[in-house]
Amino acid sequence: MNELSKLMVLVWKDLLAEFRTKEMISSMLIFALIVVVVFNFTFDPGSRATAEAGPGILWVAFTFAGVLGLHRALVHEVEHGCLHGLMLAPVERGIIFLGKAIGNAIFIFLIELPTFLLFSIFFNIDFWKGIDKLAVIFFLGTIGFAAVGTLLSAISVNTRTREIMLPILLFPIEVPVILSAVNATAGALKGQSWNEIAGWLKILGAFDLIFLLVCFVTFEYVLEE
Amino acid sequence: MSVPPSAPAIEVRNLVKTFSEFYALRGISLQVATGECLSIFGPNGAGKTTFLRILSAISRPSSGDILFDGKPLEEAVFSIRRRLGVIGHQSFLYDDLTAEENLFFYARLYDVTRPADRIREILNEVGLRERARDRVRTYSRGMQQRLSIARAMLHDPALLFLDEPYTGLDQHAASMLTTWLSKLRSERRTILLVTHDLEQGLALADRVVIFLRGKVAWEKPASAIDRQTLRQLYFDLVAGSERQHGGGQ
Repeated sequence: MNELSKLMVLVWKDLLAEFRTKEMISSMLIFALIVVVVFNFTFDPGSRATAEAGPGILWVAFTFAGVLGLHRALVHEVEHGCLHGLMLAPVERGIIFLGKAIGNAIFIFLIELPTFLLFSIFFNIDFWKGIDKLAVIFFLGTIGFAAVGTLLSAISVNTRTREIMLPILLFPIEVPVILSAVNATAGALKGQSWNEIAGWLKILGAFDLIFLLVCFVTFEYVLEE
Repeated sequence: MSVPPSAPAIEVRNLVKTFSEFYALRGISLQVATGECLSIFGPNGAGKTTFLRILSAISRPSSGDILFDGKPLEEAVFSIRRRLGVIGHQSFLYDDLTAEENLFFYARLYDVTRPADRIREILNEVGLRERARDRVRTYSRGMQQRLSIARAMLHDPALLFLDEPYTGLDQHAASMLTTWLSKLRSERRTILLVTHDLEQGLALADRVVIFLRGKVAWEKPASAIDRQTLRQLYFDLVAGSERQHGGGQ
């Protein structure tokens, strides 16, 4: 219970600081929307190519915008030594990781909704069709992305080339999550049933679980050196 | 492990820290009694900050033992963090939160009981009550350092580590900090003070230590040395070390 209250205050702090400035979320949103707009000019709405590339475009927007957020989230902690402040507190390092990862996931969720709305308008897709499935896919995909991203941004934030280092480390590891999310999204947009996309959802769920556990345990060692 | 009846508050035995091939600490051994104030002096790169980081459990030693009240650091890390306050040259404060919000955040992490009352009390003590609801971004360096002291003292720590706390302070803030440190010292808290300021460090300390190239080069009770002698001795030691090792630490 005590650790849960610490987790909540860690998330509260990130949300409060971000909603006060909207620095990170606005840049993430603008980037995601630009990706959708640029691809809109490349493909004819309603064409076969659009239907096939759509889910990939959507996840390119989510993940690249997500990298911006992941990077900024840890940079804020390093400024004024706040990360050391957290490390000095009597809090499990795994709880610090979860707090940061939940905060990052919330910011990515928040840009997913308007990005998907714009995507559905530009690519002539019924916003409500398969929205329940898409909500689950976005949730699972974002959790896996934010978990690994939070751990790797803690590694890259102490390197000189941190802006470059994060995507280089992150995307190869995220391949299973992104592939599963893209395929499941494609299925949901085509109107496939839960059973038909269940395989991709299981892979997403399994990777989320593995990544969350591994990152929870290893975050301590990442922070210390 | 049984605790010796009069175990020192902090005991360090043969502490070594390496970064790749570089030795930051080369076998430091020292003890700090409960309620004692130890000032650590040394030139840049002498290993002072690394030493404090390891004692604060935010960095791991390569080898050696650290005991707090006779218990190994790794066994009692949570209870030590609960009793430890750290003031550094960085504030550990979030710019976009107000002073009140920053303190509330840390109060929750340290399980401070009745946080609202404690925050009000500590903001009064550091003279920031009027600015409690202003974002830290709008504070001067001196105000941030005062808030940083409030953050470090929020959970009423018995152990205090101070790493160059005077860095960047104006005269008013520095004098306020000195008053605070004297008060903390009179409350018999165990204090480790890392500073370049020989006079301030000597005035506050019960004992002084000089680090050179990751080793304890000299150690004496503060009462056994005066300012002039300490200054002369310090410069002689540093100059001797630079001559011996070609200027670098």
